[in-house]
Amino acid sequence: MTDCSTEGITRAVVALHDTIQAHHEELTTLDRAIGDGDHGANLVRGFAAVAERLSEGEQPTPGAALKVVATTLISTVGGASGPLFGTAFLRAATSLGTAETVTARQIADALEAAAAGVVARGKAELGDKTMIDAFQPALEAARDAAGSGADIAGVLDAAATAAEQGAAATAPLQARKGRASYLGERSVGHVDPGAQSTAYLLRSLATSAAS
Amino acid sequence: MKKIINDPNNVVRESLEGMALAHPDLIQYHADPTFLVRADGPVQNKVAVISGGGSGHEPLHGGFVGHGMLAAACPGAMFTSPTPDQVLAAAKAAHGGAGVLHIVKNYTGDVLNFETAAELAAAEDIEVRSVVVDDDVAVQDSSFTAGRRGVGGTVLMEKIVGAAAERGDDLDTVTSLAEKVNSQVRSMGVALRPCTVPHSGEPSFELGEDEMEMGIGIHGEPGREKVALAPADDIVATLLTAILEDLPFEEGDQTLLFVNGMGGTPLIELYLAYNSARKFLADKGIEASRSLVGNYITSLEMQGMSITLLRLDDELTELWDAPVHTASLRWGL
Repeated sequence: MTDCSTEGITRAVVALHDTIQAHHEELTTLDRAIGDGDHGANLVRGFAAVAERLSEGEQPTPGAALKVVATTLISTVGGASGPLFGTAFLRAATSLGTAETVTARQIADALEAAAAGVVARGKAELGDKTMIDAFQPALEAARDAAGSGADIAGVLDAAATAAEQGAAATAPLQARKGRASYLGERSVGHVDPGAQSTAYLLRSLATSAAS
Repeated sequence: MKKIINDPNNVVRESLEGMALAHPDLIQYHADPTFLVRADGPVQNKVAVISGGGSGHEPLHGGFVGHGMLAAACPGAMFTSPTPDQVLAAAKAAHGGAGVLHIVKNYTGDVLNFETAAELAAAEDIEVRSVVVDDDVAVQDSSFTAGRRGVGGTVLMEKIVGAAAERGDDLDTVTSLAEKVNSQVRSMGVALRPCTVPHSGEPSFELGEDEMEMGIGIHGEPGREKVALAPADDIVATLLTAILEDLPFEEGDQTLLFVNGMGGTPLIELYLAYNSARKFLADKGIEASRSLVGNYITSLEMQGMSITLLRLDDELTELWDAPVHTASLRWGL
């Protein structure tokens, strides 16, 4: 795929609901270890609402579709993940602007804007054991892939692979942000649920783009 | 999991509907977005004090909506902060023209959502101030953490600041009073048994019969360390020692001593702990001139308690004693 229409983007974000549905129990288990055990349930609630709202009518542009995702997540998820994922989609939507189709380069730029938004809102850095540990390597991999001429599926696949590695790498870290930080050393040895859900979401987008 | 519920997905809504039916003289319930507001609100020309957070901490916050305390409360999903549209809707329903004060417990989700809501309210010309409660001494406070949690001190702040709003203090005064309460209050908690969130169906952490979890928060998240179960006097001494060292409280201080149940500990044990705490404080020359004992900021059916100590001066004492009429705190009226 060289570029992507509103319909393609919408299909990909609606599919995020199935992905989260498939993994929500695992995410909740990860969150029970170092948080309060509701990450999966919160995301299912949000992405179910996203799928429902997007099925109500086609959006004019990919950016408009992502904006619906953002506002829906902010108004239904709650917790920290609502505003953080909501901000990510909102910044990605703003980055895409009013383009009617988007290129691999624009997807990489949107990922970069999304990650910057999460950093600004959550005030976390690489190594704090948060979703940034998945987002940051993902955007770098996406930028490199786009720079070497990959198509959208290639850019998202690179991003997803980097996010998966980033999420796995959170296990030995001690949390410095969010609820897990209250556990101090006891957070060591557990994968961060936000980094893991970020990896699942990116993998889902990559799979949709490849199909 | 054994609970008196119908469907785990409807627990919050059905409970709020019941609460509104039980207290029609005090609160009105709005669904979608979800919030509770004073039945006699909005109160014109008085600051609207609003708080909210995850459900599962009852009576916090809905039980404190009414005369002399909160103007509105926004309950989120179980243990999950409310969303910005809920907070904004509550602010609009409660705003009496003198501004809104958000009382926010220091959890990342609560802070982010209330922050977003305050921006939305400003866009609608409602003046909003926010105070973040962070009284939990169990959590290390350093630049590497998200800071301390807000726990039991929230209840005392809501009462004192609500009384100031009721007597007509302006937004600046009410805000600085909230900051003063936060600077003078410290808390710490312990769990003997975890709680079970209805939608997960699993206990939030594991504890052996002879163990307790020191330094818990209010969301079923594990605390700082597991230790051996000990007699009440020792548990109280551990909690109060950490609290007294942190502020520090000193000989001659007047205080409000709040022994709070986490939802699954009977009052006989809470009063027993209160007795231990009074003796411990008396030995240090600290007077508990005001008291609160009971389940006020809970963690579902978690077994355990938290202790909160607020240093009082004449102003805080007068506002604590001021009349209050809510579902879960009532005196002087």
